Amino acid sequence: MSNSSFYETDVQRQDGTFLDANELVLNMGPQHPSTHGVLRVVLKLDGEKVLGLDCVIGYLHRGVEKIAEHRTYAQFAPYVDRMDYVAAVSNGLGYCLAVEKLIGVQAPPRAEYIRVIITELQRIASHDVWLGTHVLDVGAITPLFYTFRDREEILKIFEKYCGARLTTHAFRIGGCQYETYEGFEKDVKKFCDFVEPKIDEYEELLTGNRIWIDRTKNVGVLKGKDCIELGVTGPVLRAAGVKWDLRKAQPYSGYEKFDFEIPVGTNGDTYDRYLVRIAEMRQSVKILRQAIEGIPEGPIMAKVPKVLKPPVGEVYVSIEAPKGELGYFIVSDGSTRPYRVRVRPPSFVNLQALDKMCRGALVADVVAVIGTLDIVLGEVDR
Amino acid sequence: MLQSFLSYMNSTVTPGEAGNYIWATIYILVIFAMISLCVIIMNWGERKALAHFQIRLGPMRVGPHGLLQPFADAIKLMTKEDIMPAQADKLAYWMAPYVVLVAVFTTYTVIPFGRTHAVTDMNIGIMFILGVASLEVLGIVLAGWASNSHYPLLGSLRSSAQMVSYEVAMGLTVISAIMMTSLNETGVGTLSMIGIVLAQYEQGAWFIFKFFPLGLIAFAIFAIAMVAETNRAPFDLPEAESELVAGFHTEYSGFRWSLFMLGEYAAMIAVSSVATTLWLGGWMRPFPNWLAGPTWDFIFSLFPAITFLILAGLTFYNVARMPKHPAFKIQTAGLAVFGALLGFIGLVFLIPAVRVRIFDIYWFMIKVAIFMYLYIWYRATWPRYRFDQLMKVGWKVLLPTALGVLILTAVVGVLR
Repeated sequence: MSNSSFYETDVQRQDGTFLDANELVLNMGPQHPSTHGVLRVVLKLDGEKVLGLDCVIGYLHRGVEKIAEHRTYAQFAPYVDRMDYVAAVSNGLGYCLAVEKLIGVQAPPRAEYIRVIITELQRIASHDVWLGTHVLDVGAITPLFYTFRDREEILKIFEKYCGARLTTHAFRIGGCQYETYEGFEKDVKKFCDFVEPKIDEYEELLTGNRIWIDRTKNVGVLKGKDCIELGVTGPVLRAAGVKWDLRKAQPYSGYEKFDFEIPVGTNGDTYDRYLVRIAEMRQSVKILRQAIEGIPEGPIMAKVPKVLKPPVGEVYVSIEAPKGELGYFIVSDGSTRPYRVRVRPPSFVNLQALDKMCRGALVADVVAVIGTLDIVLGEVDR
Repeated sequence: MLQSFLSYMNSTVTPGEAGNYIWATIYILVIFAMISLCVIIMNWGERKALAHFQIRLGPMRVGPHGLLQPFADAIKLMTKEDIMPAQADKLAYWMAPYVVLVAVFTTYTVIPFGRTHAVTDMNIGIMFILGVASLEVLGIVLAGWASNSHYPLLGSLRSSAQMVSYEVAMGLTVISAIMMTSLNETGVGTLSMIGIVLAQYEQGAWFIFKFFPLGLIAFAIFAIAMVAETNRAPFDLPEAESELVAGFHTEYSGFRWSLFMLGEYAAMIAVSSVATTLWLGGWMRPFPNWLAGPTWDFIFSLFPAITFLILAGLTFYNVARMPKHPAFKIQTAGLAVFGALLGFIGLVFLIPAVRVRIFDIYWFMIKVAIFMYLYIWYRATWPRYRFDQLMKVGWKVLLPTALGVLILTAVVGVLR
C-alpha cells in the first residue's frame, strides 16, 4: 500500500529541495488512542486539512493463514477466533460452514438455530463495541460504558454456553460441541427484553444530538458505486443505499427461515452508517426472538468422520459478519491439512476506502472515519 | 505592625483598598492555597461524578471512597521523571507551564469572594481579568511550539485560534453587563468587580434577570464562551485525546504536566467566578432585597455551618455503611476523622464573629460550584466539536447574538 515518495519528510527532499511549507506529514499510530489497535496512518496535512493518507498495517500480523497449512481442519478452528476478536463467533461460523461445504456435511437444524442465536448475539456485541469506541473517538466518553455494560450480558451468556467469553470456539465442524444449558432460552429472552430499551438509550444520547449530527453528517461519504468498486461490504455498503446482505442474498445456516429486514441508508455518510448499525442491532434482536421461539429439538452434531480428509478441491464460503462479508477460501489436496486457507476479511477490504473517505476532510474526521469503518486490526493483519 | 494587622479585622474594604500590605499578602497566599485545594477537591469530585454518570464507582481504593486519590496522584506526579524532549526549545519548554499558571492565578487578585474578601479592588477589574486571562493562551502556544512535535503544534494552533475567537464574544457580553451597571441615578457604570456586584444589589436584580431575556442570553453566551475559553468538553479540541493524543501537553510529564492541569482547573474556577460576579450577583446571598432584615441575614448566615454539618452527617452515615471487615478499620477510622473535621468546621462557622465574615464567601463558592458541576456534566454528555464547527459557532452564532444583545441592551437602557 505504501509508496516511498509519501514518506519524504517535511524537512528536505533527496534532491535538496524543500516540501511546500504548508504541508505537514503527521504519523498517526501505531500507538494512538483512536486507531483501534495498531493501525498506523500517515497523514499528509495542509494545516488540519487532509491532503492524503496512507495506511501502514501488519503490526499485528500473526500468519494465521500460514498456520492453517500446518494444522488439521479441526485444529485450525480455534485460530480463526483470534482474527476478529470482537466477533469471534462469526469467524468460527464462517470457517465451519466452509469446511462443511468441503466435506459435504450439513449441520442439523437444532445446531443451525443455536448457531444463529449465538452469532446474532455476537453481532449485537460487536456493534456495541463499535458504537462505544466510535463515539469515544468523536469525543463522547459516556456511551462506551453503557455499551460495554450491555455487551457484558452477552458475554455472560457465552460464558455459560461454552465457558469462554471472547474467543469462544463455540462451533465445531458439523454442528455444535455443546448442547444449550438449562435456562438458555430464558436468558436470551431476558437479554432481548433488556437490550431493546438500552438501544433506545444510545439513540437518546446521540441520534438527535446536535454535535453528533454535525460531526457525522456528510463526513466520510462513500457512495454505493465506490463501495462496489472498492469491494466494501457490510454496514458501510448498506449505508450507501445498496441492499446487500449475505443473510438474505445467499442464506446460510438457515437464515432464510427468519423474518427480518435489511436496514439501508441513503447518503453513505458516517451518520447513515451509525443509523444502519443501530437498526441492525434491533433486527438482530428480532431474529433472536424468532430463533428462540422456533428452536427445534434434535441432534446438534452431524455425522463427521473422526479424521477429516476432504476430497481434493476448493471451496469459497462467505457469511455476513458484523463488519461485512467474511469469506473463507479453502483448497484441499486430499490430506488432513488444508493446502491453503485464504481469508477475505471485511475489515481489511473496508480499510482500503479510508483514503477516499478522508481526502479533503480534517484530522478530526479521520478519527471519526476510522471509527465508523469498524475495523479490528487482528482481522486486518491476521 | 500588629496594630495594622488587628485593625483590619473590622475593616469593610479589601486590604488593597485599605493599603494593608500584610493582609494583602496573607490574602494572596490563602487564595493560592485555597484554589489549589479546590482544584484537588474538584479533581476528586469530577472523577466521582463522571464515574457515576458512567455507571462506575470511580476511585475507591486510596482512602475511603477514594478521598485520598488526588493526593496520591499529586505524589505520583511530583516524583515522576520530568522528561524534556531532546529537540525541544529548552527555555520555552520550561517556561510554558509557568506562564499559564501565573496568568491564571493573577486573575484572582481582583476576584471578590466577598465585599472584603479580595486582594484588592481595581477600578478596571474586569478589563484586567480579560487581559491577563488571555495571556494564558501564550503559555499554551509556547508549550506547543517548544515541544517541537506535531501533535502539540496542532493542539496549540487550535488553542490559539479558539481562544482568540471566543474571547470576542465573551468580551461583548461583558460589555453588556457593564452597561447594566450604569443604570443608576448618576448614570455612571463601573468596571470594578466589587462595583459590579454592588450595582446588582442596588438595582435589586442579578444581571442574569435584567431586561429579561437579554441578560439571560448574554449570560448563556458567556457561559458557552467560557467553556471554550478553558478548553473543556465539548470544546476541548486543543487536548482532544482521541485526535491529538494530548494536544499541547503531549510531551509534558510529571510536575510540569501537573502545573498545566492545575492551571486548567484554576482557569475554570476563575472564569466561573467572573460569570458569578457579572451575572449571578457575586457574593450576594439569594434575595438580599426581598428577604431583607437582620432575621433573614441571620438565617442565611447559618447556611455555611448547616452545609458543613450536613456533609459531616453524610460522612458519618458512610462510616456506618463501611464494610465491617477488619481490613477496613483504618479506612473507617480515617473517614470518621474526616467527618469530625467537617463537623468541627461547621461548628466554627456557627461562631458569630466567623459567621458574619464567612458567609459571603460561602454563597460565592456555591455559585461557582454549580458551574463546576456543569463542566463535568457537559463532559459526560457531549461529543467534541470539530475545529471548523467550533469556529462557525463562535463567529456565526455567538458573535452576532452577543452583538445583538449588546445593542438591544443599550437601546432598552436608554429608553428605560
